[in-house]
Amino acid sequence: MSDTEIEPIETVAGTGIPIRGNDIDTDQITPARYLKVITFEGLGEFAFFDQRFDEEDNPKDHPMNEERFQDASIMVVNANFGCGSSREHAPQALMRWGIDAFVGESFAEIFKGNCLALGIPTVTADPETVRALQEFVDENPDAEIVVDVAGQTLSYDQQTVDVTVEDAQRKALVEGIWDTTALLRSNADAVRETAESLPYVELDE
Amino acid sequence: MSEGTLYDKVWDRHTVTRLPNGQDQLFVGLHLIHEVTSPQAFGMLRERGLEVAYPELTHATVDHIVPTADQSRPYRDEAAEEMAAALERNLADIDIVFDDPATGNQGIVHVIGPEQGLTQPGKTVVCGDSHTATHGAFGALAFGIGTSQIRDVFATQTVAMTRQRVRQINVDGTLQEGVTAKDVVLAIIRELGTDGGVGYVYEYAGSAVENLDMAGRMSICNMSIEGGARAGYVNPDGTTYDYLRDTDAFRDAPERFEALKPYWESIRSDEDAEYDDVVTLDADALEPMVTWGTTPGQGVGITEPIPDPADLPAEKRDVARRAQEHMRVEPGDTMTGYPIDVAFIGSCTNARLADLRAAADVVRGRSIAPDVRGLVVPGSQRVKAAAEAEGLDAVFTDAGFEWRGAGCSMCLGMNDDQLVGDQASASSSNRNFVGRQGSKAGRTVLMSPPMVAAAALAGAVTDVRALSEVISQ
Repeated sequence: MSDTEIEPIETVAGTGIPIRGNDIDTDQITPARYLKVITFEGLGEFAFFDQRFDEEDNPKDHPMNEERFQDASIMVVNANFGCGSSREHAPQALMRWGIDAFVGESFAEIFKGNCLALGIPTVTADPETVRALQEFVDENPDAEIVVDVAGQTLSYDQQTVDVTVEDAQRKALVEGIWDTTALLRSNADAVRETAESLPYVELDE
Repeated sequence: MSEGTLYDKVWDRHTVTRLPNGQDQLFVGLHLIHEVTSPQAFGMLRERGLEVAYPELTHATVDHIVPTADQSRPYRDEAAEEMAAALERNLADIDIVFDDPATGNQGIVHVIGPEQGLTQPGKTVVCGDSHTATHGAFGALAFGIGTSQIRDVFATQTVAMTRQRVRQINVDGTLQEGVTAKDVVLAIIRELGTDGGVGYVYEYAGSAVENLDMAGRMSICNMSIEGGARAGYVNPDGTTYDYLRDTDAFRDAPERFEALKPYWESIRSDEDAEYDDVVTLDADALEPMVTWGTTPGQGVGITEPIPDPADLPAEKRDVARRAQEHMRVEPGDTMTGYPIDVAFIGSCTNARLADLRAAADVVRGRSIAPDVRGLVVPGSQRVKAAAEAEGLDAVFTDAGFEWRGAGCSMCLGMNDDQLVGDQASASSSNRNFVGRQGSKAGRTVLMSPPMVAAAALAGAVTDVRALSEVISQ
């Protein structure tokens, strides 16, 4: 068995959780000490650990500690979310906590790529739209939000607003080609041709 | 879209095909791996019954978790030992070169690639580490990838990538005495923002960049990601070629050097290349930079006042307020005199021989402040040996610094070298994020190696240009 079945992701529906602030880095999402692992399993409980717990591991004020957000699957964030380190541990931890989609003002490049590799949309909208959604989610933690990846809209509270899903991301999610290994493997001969065309590449026979 | 830049040329040469989702399938010329981000990728590979397709283009080392004092095995930290052992197990049956500590070639992945000549102009270089842009200093197209992409590179030697825009950053003029490459890149990030580079690759150019040695160029490219840019590069030139000639790859193979040089020349950005954006910075106006906050974009010149959050653009105010509270600094003050507990010279940004020499020049014949813990952590075993051969270890230890083994050390809290409680550090590393150096309450002030040395001597953040005055007082 070499290729796994990839599920197309046209829409994501669920309740939301607001995580406010610009420039939230991956060291905050997954502190470095939790990277000392050789699998991603079990990372969910350490997501945002130092924001959620004090020195004695007592819970602090944080949306992820609140009962009303425990079933949330859509995280609503602000600008440059996921900046810093390339650690896939960050989206893996949030995914394992329960997040299936992000809506935000903007995302850091590597974080966004890591999310796509997991089939998690990173949908963007202007600051006003995002703030309005954060406020709505805060007041309506049980309300359903629907992210229409294909149609690039967001529906909640009987309204539908436009959002942006980058072309390549949208196509990959909607057509179920976001897990790229099989796709890339299907071009093995062309890869070898490219390798042989590069002056610096020395291949073993 | 840009045209005729190094980025365009290297991208085109390495494009295998256009994928159905509109991304390009990009061939990877050099895949660097380390113990933190590779084990899960090896696991995914095994789950799918796949093998490493091009082991000859992959190179491994250990850096993040290795202790920098006692490096004997098993490591005292069980989790670190398990990670090192996992990498060894994963590599046991694969023909991948592994620079483990026993080889004398071990070090931070972004230090060993260049010093061995693995990093070359016109190569694509990837690694599961965001500071991979470092290798762009040689005119390589180098960027960090996540673990799922590492799996893809293992399985196919390619990645699926979206072509990005190119911004040329011209740093024109002459850097003043005491101003380094680190100050240039901190100034760039302050200017363009921590997310200003999202969607862009940065081409660093201009006379001040061209006059830098390779270590300086690496420091600048290294921190591209801190400005949001996944990759950054400098066009290869005589400085690049002189460096490469003396590396393992070419030292005994001048014919190979000559054979590749036309390719290297061919991928330089054209004189009339088109860029998506061009930004210019005045090198003469720069002074030593230090950060006052908790993002690398929150920097000031050493004589400049810390900004009032109210004067910043609206979207930066909250982050600035929280940062000032964490760092315990006040708007209007300068960072000069900010007391430090720890001085760290090391990391993939600033742990090369040239960095250690520059710091040693400041330290020589002096002593660090009594309450300051000073650490010097060479970027690789080779850097360490070369530094010892010229007596730099003694310069540092005579002054009261610890002279340690190669590794990522206190750049991030994954090994024994960590801040404790609310200690403040003067650090030559790349990130001042809350908790980055191992303690949630820890406070990090980023600066160049000579500035860290000066801070260590004075016990507080200090303008290295005025050091003699400060110490004699």
